[in-house]
Amino acid sequence: MAKKPITLTVDGVTYTDDVEPRTLLVQYLREQLGKVGTLVGCDTTNCGACTVHLDGRSIKSCTMFAVQADGHDVTTIEGITAADGALHPMQKAFHESHALQCGFCTPGMIMQSIDLVNEHPDPDEATVRENLEGNLCRCTGYQNIVKAVQAGAREMAGTPESTEAGAA
Amino acid sequence: MTVTEIGSPRRRKEDQRLITGRSRFTDNIVLPGMLHLAMVRSPFAHARITNLDTSDAAAAPGVVAVLSGADIQDLCGTLPNAWPITPDQKSPHHPSIAVNHVAFAGEIVAVVVARSKSAAQDAADTVDVDYEELPVVLDLEEAEKDEILAHPDLGTNRSALWIFDSGEAGTGGNVEEALSQAREADDEILVERTYYQQRLIPAFMEPRSTVVDPTGEQTTMWSSTQVPHILRLMLALTLSIPESKVRVIAPDVGGGFGGKLQVTPEEVITMIVARRTGKPCKYTETRSESLMAAHHGRGQVQRLSLSATRDGQVTGLKVQLLVDMGAYLGLVTSGVPILGAFMFPAIYKFPSYRFECTNLFTNKVWTDAYRGAGRPEATFAIERLMDDLAAELDMDPIELRRKNWIPHEEFPFTSVCGLEYDSGNYEAATAKALELFGYDELRAEQQRRRDEGDPVQLGIGISTFTEMCGLAPSRVLGSLDYGAGGWEYAQVRMLPTGNVEVVTGTSPHGQGHETAWSQIVADRLGVAFENVEVLHGDTAIAQRGLDTYGSRSLAVGGMAVVAAADKVIAKAKVIAAHMLEASEDDLEFAEGTFTVRGTDQGVALGDIALAVFAAHDLPDGVEASLDSDATFDPDNFSFPHGTHLAAIEVDTETGQVTLRKYVCVDDIGNVINPLIVEGQVHGGLAQGIAQALYEEAVHDESGTLVTGSFVDYLVPSAADLPSFVTDRTETASTTNVLGVKGVGEAGTIASTPAIVNGVIDAVRHLGVDDILMPCSPSRVWAALQGAEKGRGADAAAPTVNSPEVADRDIASTGAVQTGTAQGDEQ
Repeated sequence: MAKKPITLTVDGVTYTDDVEPRTLLVQYLREQLGKVGTLVGCDTTNCGACTVHLDGRSIKSCTMFAVQADGHDVTTIEGITAADGALHPMQKAFHESHALQCGFCTPGMIMQSIDLVNEHPDPDEATVRENLEGNLCRCTGYQNIVKAVQAGAREMAGTPESTEAGAA
Repeated sequence: MTVTEIGSPRRRKEDQRLITGRSRFTDNIVLPGMLHLAMVRSPFAHARITNLDTSDAAAAPGVVAVLSGADIQDLCGTLPNAWPITPDQKSPHHPSIAVNHVAFAGEIVAVVVARSKSAAQDAADTVDVDYEELPVVLDLEEAEKDEILAHPDLGTNRSALWIFDSGEAGTGGNVEEALSQAREADDEILVERTYYQQRLIPAFMEPRSTVVDPTGEQTTMWSSTQVPHILRLMLALTLSIPESKVRVIAPDVGGGFGGKLQVTPEEVITMIVARRTGKPCKYTETRSESLMAAHHGRGQVQRLSLSATRDGQVTGLKVQLLVDMGAYLGLVTSGVPILGAFMFPAIYKFPSYRFECTNLFTNKVWTDAYRGAGRPEATFAIERLMDDLAAELDMDPIELRRKNWIPHEEFPFTSVCGLEYDSGNYEAATAKALELFGYDELRAEQQRRRDEGDPVQLGIGISTFTEMCGLAPSRVLGSLDYGAGGWEYAQVRMLPTGNVEVVTGTSPHGQGHETAWSQIVADRLGVAFENVEVLHGDTAIAQRGLDTYGSRSLAVGGMAVVAAADKVIAKAKVIAAHMLEASEDDLEFAEGTFTVRGTDQGVALGDIALAVFAAHDLPDGVEASLDSDATFDPDNFSFPHGTHLAAIEVDTETGQVTLRKYVCVDDIGNVINPLIVEGQVHGGLAQGIAQALYEEAVHDESGTLVTGSFVDYLVPSAADLPSFVTDRTETASTTNVLGVKGVGEAGTIASTPAIVNGVIDAVRHLGVDDILMPCSPSRVWAALQGAEKGRGADAAAPTVNSPEVADRDIASTGAVQTGTAQGDEQ
């Protein structure tokens, strides 16, 4: 299959690569860039394990082709930790609130939660639950995830400058 | 400093890698020259393979090999079933790749091996298979008739009949006498019911993945498994490779819930292909493959007879199960209902009990362990039945339970199954739950809504439960014909730096063992929590073990850790006495230091570790090692219990069920880490509630899985669930020194009956006494419509309990259905 050239920024680094048009963004991230922190849990865009940010908004990276990300800015779970290793407030909140068990859904959950809080800086429980509808977790029953998102929101509000590279 | 790690809500050590994307899930592993596998699966539930043409696939770009069942059948024998529950149990040959006959939709018929995953998948589509379709048997009541056979060669669908009878065992009375007495006596009552346990899919979030590296003296397999040790042994036995040549690593594993307690065809095939090609191979399933071909859980028809006096004393319980094995027997498929056999009498003092289960084959993927394994099914049935009995007697269901449960002062108590319940306090847990719930107020509101004819009715769901954890005393497993023991292994190693390495034979997949085991060892040895490293999930490191399932890790594996740590202390004491020039009898050990009683002379464990490493001056006959290992085999199970209460709103116009409030008080004995415990309870509740309201593996009449993706199989999202009120009572287990009982399955076991009891309680006065799970809006609405019609024509309370396939089809999309979408027949 003929390959297409793409140029995009992932976690602050610009890459130029040739990809098959059918290559999904998540495949490109995992297989070509080694960004294996972004995980694949389903093949129907239901589970949200592959959620990343495209130009600062959350998307499911199994739902777009790598070629569609040409010229865009992608942030993965690996890009939200500061260069000095400091955790993003949402990562910290997930840890503090025990919002993960097996951790498979966690990168997607965290990426979705950051976008949620960017849109709803002080979300109530119903808002959190509604906005996490596209990310499935089988371990936690969600209660601690909801708690974490609210705690992360408070922390993010106290830190106006997002540590996230490329956030809108 | 007083060390009090045990009981402290420590944040987890595991989290760091998982929240930063540096996890080590199997599919993340890439090895040089790695090949990729794609499976060709049967679209038919039952068929003969008449022709298999792999030539196009073999010639496709990037393809290295295409193998059929015939190509590997000499190598791999049959996949293992480790629990032949009866000597005459029937078990069909279970090949890794089908040869001539497929018995469920999704069974593997060929494997394509290629240089990339997409090349393998593309080529798999070109494998040309001709099938001659055979009649399918899917329904248990059909399978029981033996008219259509899942495996014609077996001559029957019956795998085994297993019976426990308290009269015969001498642990109780004769149930048939109790039942016939109830049939005849005016002051007694007999309640007979049939309940259905739908098939569920474990639906762990990480699809199963296996990487095999054959390029070394040992063949190394990484697998998303709960059971690396059992897997290694079974691979060795199945493939005739010495254990020492096989290393199995379970790295980060993305959930299991019993669904990864298996030796899978995919693992065996990947192993064979890697060894044959000499190259590393990877197979990662898609979600569709996972839902279709990873084993399912539950799947029972439960026929029950309960006799009682009119004042509410139960006199006998008889249980007859039909159990869906699916097409093959997996690792513990046949034993799952046996675990439930011991749990039907639950927390009650029932004088007589008989349990019979008939294990039946159907043309569906096999069933096996799923969170709770046998115990949720039993708890559901008995708790539904107790509510039905209470309704028949017009008695408060809490009152009925009080009349029959084992009073606190009677522990230890030997159940009618012969199990000894070590400790429990059902009164305390129930009292606390009722208070947190606001039981009396909610009952008053319920009455108000009934009186007013409110379209939204309120139901109160009650579920009390006990389960057996700490699987298991090896002698008990032996008496049940299980193929292995129930011990667990641990090693504690003092390093020269004073740090500690703990090796555990348990294999976590989200349970937080690294944190909890660190807490145990930190307290035991008096070292800092941060200085303990827990190693697991690699048969080259944890050389022995029986892995993680059945809430056994803490009550068995944690106890092995304690035993190993205690041996380290005993070893260190000899050296400490030598270093301090004191008698061992004069030494005491506390907070990590040996001191000479009555003096300020002492030596810390870390210093002893360094002295042992240097070995310059050790006492005679003492080896230069401060490591110890231990196995722990429990004397008895542990018996967590609890009381769960649910307030359920049912919209009688649409059938919509809303969970308004959920309160649970669990007694899991002593707690190592309350944060982890709370997380396990929340997750368990979500899974149990999902069985009650959302989830069901639905097959169409040809045996195709209709719920073959997350579009159709409704794993609840955050938006579908409320927050829960959870609390605990703590009655220490007396069967282990930590006093722990196990928590992983409690929420799942108790919540399903609590929810369904609540739904029925909301609408029972409208003439509905049963609704099939999941209680989707369409089913609830249909039950209410049926009740309306029934009441007009006949005084008898109608039931909706027939599991027609068509009804299941409707229910599969039930969460988006409402009554109005069905048309009103009134």
